[in-house]
Amino acid sequence: MGRIWKVSGPIVVADGMRGSRIHEVVEVGEQRLLGEIIGLEGDRATIQVYEDTSGLRVGDEVLGSGKPLVAELGPGLIGSIYDGLQKALISLKEDLGPFLKRGVKAKALNRERRWHFVPRVKRGDFVKGGDVIGVVQETPLVEHRIMIPPDVRGTVREVRGEGDYTVDEYVAILDGGQEIRMAHEWPVRRPRPYASRLDPSNLLVTGMRIMDYMFPMALGGKGAIPGGFGTGKTVALQQLARWAQTHVNIYIGCGERGNEMADVLKSFLELKEPKTGRPLMEKEIFIANTSNMPVVAREASVFLGITMAEYFRDMGYDVLLVADSTSRWAEAMREIGGRLEEMPGEEGFPAYLGSSLSSFYERSGRVRCLGNPERIGSVTVVGAVSPPGADFSEPVTQNTLRIVEALYSLDVALANRRHFPAISWLSSYSLYVDDVEEWWRANVGPEWKEMRNRALKILQEEAELQEIVRLVGPEALPERDKLTLLIARMIREDFLMQSAYTVDTYCSPKKAHLMMRTIMAFYDKAQRMMEAGAQVREIQGLPIVARIARMKEIPNEVFEERIEEIWAELEEGLVIG
Amino acid sequence: MKRRQLYVIETKGLREAKGSILITEGVPGARFDEVVEVVLASGEPKLGRVIEVAEDFSVIQVFGGVGDIDLGGCRVRFKGETLKLPVSSDMLGRIFNGRGEPIDGGPKIIPEDYLDINGEPINPAAREPPSEFIETGISAIDGLNSLVRGQKLPIFSGAGLPHNRVVAQIIRQAAVRGEGEGFAVVFGAVGVSYDDAAFFMRSLEETGGLERTVAFINTASDPTIERIVTPRLALSAAEFLAWREGLQALVILADMTNYCEALRELSAMREEVPGRRGYPGYMYTDLATMYERAGRISGRKGSVTIMPVLTMPDDDITHPIPDLTGYITEGQLVLSRGLERKGIYPPMDVFLSLSRMMKEGIGPGKTREDHRGVFMQLYAAYSEGNYLREISTIVGTESLTERDRIYLKFADEFERRFISQGEFERRDIETTLDIAWDLFSMLPEGDLKLIPEEFIEKYHPAHGGRRRVAAEAH
Repeated sequence: MGRIWKVSGPIVVADGMRGSRIHEVVEVGEQRLLGEIIGLEGDRATIQVYEDTSGLRVGDEVLGSGKPLVAELGPGLIGSIYDGLQKALISLKEDLGPFLKRGVKAKALNRERRWHFVPRVKRGDFVKGGDVIGVVQETPLVEHRIMIPPDVRGTVREVRGEGDYTVDEYVAILDGGQEIRMAHEWPVRRPRPYASRLDPSNLLVTGMRIMDYMFPMALGGKGAIPGGFGTGKTVALQQLARWAQTHVNIYIGCGERGNEMADVLKSFLELKEPKTGRPLMEKEIFIANTSNMPVVAREASVFLGITMAEYFRDMGYDVLLVADSTSRWAEAMREIGGRLEEMPGEEGFPAYLGSSLSSFYERSGRVRCLGNPERIGSVTVVGAVSPPGADFSEPVTQNTLRIVEALYSLDVALANRRHFPAISWLSSYSLYVDDVEEWWRANVGPEWKEMRNRALKILQEEAELQEIVRLVGPEALPERDKLTLLIARMIREDFLMQSAYTVDTYCSPKKAHLMMRTIMAFYDKAQRMMEAGAQVREIQGLPIVARIARMKEIPNEVFEERIEEIWAELEEGLVIG
Repeated sequence: MKRRQLYVIETKGLREAKGSILITEGVPGARFDEVVEVVLASGEPKLGRVIEVAEDFSVIQVFGGVGDIDLGGCRVRFKGETLKLPVSSDMLGRIFNGRGEPIDGGPKIIPEDYLDINGEPINPAAREPPSEFIETGISAIDGLNSLVRGQKLPIFSGAGLPHNRVVAQIIRQAAVRGEGEGFAVVFGAVGVSYDDAAFFMRSLEETGGLERTVAFINTASDPTIERIVTPRLALSAAEFLAWREGLQALVILADMTNYCEALRELSAMREEVPGRRGYPGYMYTDLATMYERAGRISGRKGSVTIMPVLTMPDDDITHPIPDLTGYITEGQLVLSRGLERKGIYPPMDVFLSLSRMMKEGIGPGKTREDHRGVFMQLYAAYSEGNYLREISTIVGTESLTERDRIYLKFADEFERRFISQGEFERRDIETTLDIAWDLFSMLPEGDLKLIPEEFIEKYHPAHGGRRRVAAEAH
């Protein structure tokens, strides 16, 4: 036990701490505020406190726990809302009212709830880390696989029969007398082990055309969405967390707005998962550390989220984790670094900014999981970055770009024109295009990559032509270029623009592909008409142009048959005049 | 309710004073963030706050500066609690200074409670998403950037732009909307000139809104460091009115640029590592802990809506103050010098302005069914017109197509008839939307791609939609 020697904002220095370890969790002061040791010198420990330190006194007690910061993993995670320290916010609300108090403790998992456990092993079986010993249907969408913790092995001496148990009761006992419960703890800063790493090869279907079609994300991939304020980072991340075709999604609101968090929570209760029609909440976990909650807990919230993601990955699931916003976490590091009087790096950020960011992003990936039966799981990470003044040369964006494989760059000019999602087609990229080509070929159609590249080329040409238009006006362009501008505009407005609030909010890859095929078929047709002497002005006025513009309003299920009508019109030949 | 400690810790051991920072000898029992009273040799007390404690020293931030502090003759009394605001429903109609003391000549407040000026964070799981439309009667806001209860929507302005008049108009018009007693305005003036403060108080008085207002006024001549607490007092008062009294509280904080300057000054005195342009690295968090106090709570009647006003230094929206604010708030209303020069009031730059909470607050049952489509189409058409303006300045209007010229005209008419309105003109949302439909009748109907067809048939003047004669803007 130590005593406080100094308090400066969230940093507390305590004496008499000999024997403590770095990253050990401690309790500080009368209110037993949670903190973590981040520096040791002699018997003096530097502690970052996760809660507001107002009222702490010199001489107050500091108690060590002997444990690092851990996440509790087990049935009950899905549908929960946690703060950065995994306190269950819903039970806090029920117990203490609408405001957060300091020093209160709330268990992560419900202790009373009984889960229906179905054993998958029998007495005498040898089990090791990662083996599935039973299952619990946690929600209609998620079957929770109860695994032997990674560092445990032995022969099953006893296993409980099918029945209802709480997370505190044992479900199996190994020969060494070790009790296995449905929940276990894992240090958040330590990556969970797996058998081997696999290359990403499947598309993460997001329902967003600009991502799926133009800049695909792979299961197990990592991407960043940087953008100035108002460019739609949060909406893009919310869309991902809503529609991504994964087993489990984790949404981290880190240093962001409370109202938005409330809005997201509400929408996840109302919205239905597209394939099963079940509420989305049945596959989501939320971590809410809003900007007015303690700064130090931002880092904890990011690592808590990725640990939970790895845990579900280990069950053999595809997990998507979105973090909004990693810049707020980086700012927390800067604030702590400043208080510790560390030598600052670029723009005051600590010199270890890059390695901290990669210790988070690098925990994504597609893996062969530990244990039996054999399973493959993945963690896909997408983080928002909030560059000051929308200037992408700042350290957080640049350090992130060195790590991620896909960039979805949000453009202020597009957002100002209300082109949403405001992901720029000129500056975004994805290194997963070749990885997911086979997926498109097998699941949708063979010509995806060719059409994608053709569309991007037209958009690139448009950007160049617009430079010329600025100088000479649109009328001075040759007809051929005017047609390129028309088609580019159709790609932008009729394909890339996608509302998050209409039937178009989730677009299946099939629909996206048919939409693009329609635009390209129109392009080919228009070129032939032009050769026959038609003017672009006339082509532009054709009723089919308006019909194509409204095709995004057709629901996914009936799209294939309804688009036939437009194709028939194209086939029959269009007549000018 | 106030917890008083039985003894007060006192020290005479002062070591150093500079700017507004006072360093004392180590004081056993001193608490981080507690309030202190610095008692001058003359007996006059000054308020301060502990910003760092250690075994052998403590650092105190003194409101009102340390100018007249004599290291030998002063005493510092530690009060044992954090800074609190005495609150009561009698605060309505009262005027306080930036430290929370009445300056209207009225009696002292008899407190019902003392609230920590930093408030307590709302549990994200207890928040109710804002979704109730506030009709401000200003087309550029209601039609394109709707404000909802519980939102935090700042006004980004520039020196010399009419932000005060816009704010006064919003207070005047939003307040009268059938709310009656349920509405309260909390006005926090942070480092504003005497004239500006007087303008607000006068315009509140003229509309009879003063008895529903609480004002905290820190003028430009008041101590800088006091500005750190003024907005927090205003927010604490608003929280009391919203969560205890069930009122819809609208908090106006002007001018938050002065607050940020004060924060920078304090940070420099503490010799902290500066962030961008000398502002402290924690400015985002500091502003967020205030603005995040906006919201609604499920199961409670009231709401806290925050409208901070800030002047962008050199009209630069990427300056750290507007930039960090924009990352915290749910959108922004940006005033444009270009429109102001054209004589358009309110000079609202609709491209840079944005209300993130809008989608929840509009549509059938809230505004009108066609609102979403109309708003998207207005943006699309105005943005097209603006793009063509840019081109036509280089190549002239002759080389534009017929269609292009229609859009050029649309952009002009949109600014003249939709954005522009009288300072005392209150347009209801139907009028605002009908003006938009009037403007759409200029465009080829096939171009109205963003509006569902059923609404075009219902509202487009060409279809004999229920056209109301919209009040022409002056």
